[in-house]
Amino acid sequence: MREKLGQPAPPPEHDPVQGLAVVVGSRPVSAYTELTLEAPDIADVAQPGQFVAFAVGGPTSAMLLRRSIAIAGVGDGRFSVVVSARAAGSTWLAGLRPGDEVDVVGPLGRPFPLPAPGTPALLVGGGYGAAALVGLGGLLRSRGHEVAAVVGAGDEARLCSVDELTEVAAPFVVTTDDGSVGRQGRVTGPVAELVSGAGVVYACGPMPMLEAVAGLATDRGVPSWVAVEESMACGIGVCMTCVLPVVGADGRSRFARSCVEGPVFAGDRVRFRDVGTLPPDVVGADAMGVAHTPAIEGETP
Amino acid sequence: MQASIGGRPVVSPVLTASGCSSFGQELDPFFDLASIGAVVTKSVQLRPRSGRATPRMAETPSGMINSIGLQGPGIEGLLADELPWLAARGAQAFVSIAGSRTEDFAELAERLRGAPGVLGLEVNISCPNVESRGEVFACNPDASAEVLAAVRAAADPAHPVYAKLTPDVTDIVSVARACADAGANGLSMINTLLGLVIDTDTMRPVLGGVTGGLSGPAVRPVALRCVWQVHQALPNVPILGMGGIRTGLDALQFVLAGAGAVSVGTAVFNDPSAPARIHAELAEALGERGFGRLADAIGYAHRAPEESSGRHGR
Repeated sequence: MREKLGQPAPPPEHDPVQGLAVVVGSRPVSAYTELTLEAPDIADVAQPGQFVAFAVGGPTSAMLLRRSIAIAGVGDGRFSVVVSARAAGSTWLAGLRPGDEVDVVGPLGRPFPLPAPGTPALLVGGGYGAAALVGLGGLLRSRGHEVAAVVGAGDEARLCSVDELTEVAAPFVVTTDDGSVGRQGRVTGPVAELVSGAGVVYACGPMPMLEAVAGLATDRGVPSWVAVEESMACGIGVCMTCVLPVVGADGRSRFARSCVEGPVFAGDRVRFRDVGTLPPDVVGADAMGVAHTPAIEGETP
Repeated sequence: MQASIGGRPVVSPVLTASGCSSFGQELDPFFDLASIGAVVTKSVQLRPRSGRATPRMAETPSGMINSIGLQGPGIEGLLADELPWLAARGAQAFVSIAGSRTEDFAELAERLRGAPGVLGLEVNISCPNVESRGEVFACNPDASAEVLAAVRAAADPAHPVYAKLTPDVTDIVSVARACADAGANGLSMINTLLGLVIDTDTMRPVLGGVTGGLSGPAVRPVALRCVWQVHQALPNVPILGMGGIRTGLDALQFVLAGAGAVSVGTAVFNDPSAPARIHAELAEALGERGFGRLADAIGYAHRAPEESSGRHGR
């Protein structure tokens, strides 16, 4: 089992930078807002799978934590992100207008490793997670790979990056839970049909989707890369809030930071079932007195 | 700006704060780590620790609450990887140590004797995320004194030893005095305040650890009050002030209250270059107020109005 595990994604080639980026575009994309920002020192070196971390609310904002969002596209010294306005911070971001400036750190995180030449790829996106796959899809196509894609969401309004992925992927399947567009149901149905034809699977979306997709790939012996969406306070690796249990190169599990050890992990290395718990075999769990952790006391009966 | 930690000179009175900058490497792209007073490391313990289950943090008004649980590589990892990297980078390490028994602290201090690039030790007797939350050493003057005496005896004589205090006590001065009497060369204050956030959708506590430590600008007035009270009572004991410092003027408040140096913590999550920025802002703020030396500003706010007339008067 151990030798079959995927390798850790290599670290990025460039250090992150911090600075003010100018908003040059804002447009609604179904239920989301796509922002385009001028920041050549980020856009010119970013690789698919990486993300940026925004300060929100201005220099004296009472919201201190950065909002980390996947890079959806780059070009001409600009990068774009898809913002889902949910709480105060993301709503502030989504409300930025051309000409506004925002403090941003990036590019951050490990990019999607590229497959050997000729390897057919399957991209799987859930909700606005699909945006993180757009750059990858284009890069794979430009390198001559066959690219298939499945994109799903709860309903039509929460689908994302459909137009962009239509241009690079064939077959391209859309699913919605309510059947409002595309095939009704989850992405797992089409993924199960397409995975055998793929040499590698890339996925970004909610954790249960990543678990299901990685499981389907691993069961068929297909390597997979997943970009996880864990809550991050800093995005640069110092706060230790975005950890999840990941099997290391030595076969032992550790709490890995999804910002700097990820967000891209080999799909068979993430212990999805144990996310949000303290598994007793994680390195250093013994020092926590794990059998008596209050996290277990706090569980709903 | 000339400054010192426990009598040892440092190039800047601005340091990172323990737990908020890991071991410094991740901040290297954002500013020169050798240009700040020291990197105060995440608290290290004898063994590697996984830390707590997630979720580990929640944003709060002008702050955050965390229950990381001292995730870290243990003293072996610190000595093998982190300290050599910092030393090679020319940065000073102020090593935060934590334990669940007095002997743990003493052993850590012993292991750090002669380690390259170590400026001194910050003794974390006040982490709210250790297993025995009801038994934080810094809630009890006697227990605090016992730990600090043991560390002072075991540590490299060249290493200043600072006690990191919690604000969650009735009388912080009594704990501070006990630490100083036991041999602490200085005091770091404050650690986070114990807090709680409840998710109104799930109707359960947000954090995996249920309670956690509150930090950020929201705690700054509490931290300043602690520094003020302790400097008033123990004017000759050096203080490393921290708690919600986000700007040079925030840092200046701590200096005026009695801190000889400051640590920048949660602000780093918002602005990874904050320690270098705050250094520059503090230097400018001191100059604008006519202070030729940092030392002249330490504790200035305690002076009676007639003493503080003239250039510095307000």
